[in-house]
Amino acid sequence: MAGLTGRMSTVVKAKVSKLLDRAEDPAETLDYSYQKQVEQLQNVKKGIADVVTAKKRLQMQECSLQQSVVKLDTQARQAVAAGQEDLARTALERKNVAQTELQGLDTQVTELEDQQQKLTDSEQKLRAKIEAFRTKKEVIKAQYSAAEAQVRISEAATGVGEQMADVGLAMQRAVDKTENMKARADAVSELEAAGTFEDIGQLGSGEDDIDRQLKQLSSQPAVDSELEKMKAELGSGAPAGAPADAPQISAPEAAQAPAPSQPSESGEQA
Amino acid sequence: MIARISGEGQYRLSDSDAEQMEELRGKALAIVDSGSEDGFADAFAALLDYVRAHGELLGDDELEGSDVILPPGDFSFEEAGREFTGEGLIPD
Repeated sequence: MAGLTGRMSTVVKAKVSKLLDRAEDPAETLDYSYQKQVEQLQNVKKGIADVVTAKKRLQMQECSLQQSVVKLDTQARQAVAAGQEDLARTALERKNVAQTELQGLDTQVTELEDQQQKLTDSEQKLRAKIEAFRTKKEVIKAQYSAAEAQVRISEAATGVGEQMADVGLAMQRAVDKTENMKARADAVSELEAAGTFEDIGQLGSGEDDIDRQLKQLSSQPAVDSELEKMKAELGSGAPAGAPADAPQISAPEAAQAPAPSQPSESGEQA
Repeated sequence: MIARISGEGQYRLSDSDAEQMEELRGKALAIVDSGSEDGFADAFAALLDYVRAHGELLGDDELEGSDVILPPGDFSFEEAGREFTGEGLIPD
């Protein structure tokens, strides 16, 4: 914390003294300083727009991941109905991973929303400070001698500069968070690409790397118990593919499920 | 003196309040120094709450530099530690 305090002050002071060094004419310094502030405000706005874009991307990912969960659930039921327990297990494992990812994404979207709000607040504060600087610079130009003006400019520029640094800090933290999320979101995209299947028949081609990784990631007991539950539900007379929590997709897709006339033992792939 | 809570705003503190604040800051820093997270959140929250409660919030149109800059309220122990190891938060 001492580091933060020191660094932020140092950065601001260095910038202000650089500013004061560059022009002999106070009026020029003031105008230049104001112009720079307005430019930086534009950068802040751009930064906020980037955070919003990152958030939207995550929200879209959330949406498609939700669809994957529904689809995988349906596929697992179809596999159970077809007596293909291994396939059902794979689908449930993937569903489990997708759900975990979904929870993580949800937390991150909330965090990003929070960051966005803070940045917007900071931007408004900065805008107010810059406006105050604009007023003050005219007063300084009109009322002070060159020597006195130096001091006033330094004070005013420090006031704005500090707010600027503060927005910079908020922005940096938002960017760091966004980067973390991007890495995670990329992983989710891969999962999505691998995680659902055009056709349930594609499931049976044996275990690949992705499957092995998914198995490590997913919680085995949770998958086991869900599979048992599914078997019990489907075994107790309910027709295949009519789960209560996946109504939209299950009915039409269930009709395309492989006929349950296949051998119920799926040991041939093991 | 003027203390800024990063991400919130600047507060003007009387001399005696500033002393009290320094004491609270010292406590929070000592915890970060110890490397153990125990008590950090409480000590840090106490510090910021004190400034908010005893300081007078500066208007957005006041152009003053701060004597002390405190980290934002959602600053984590991990971030506080990083501050000390030099990686830092303020971009150049």
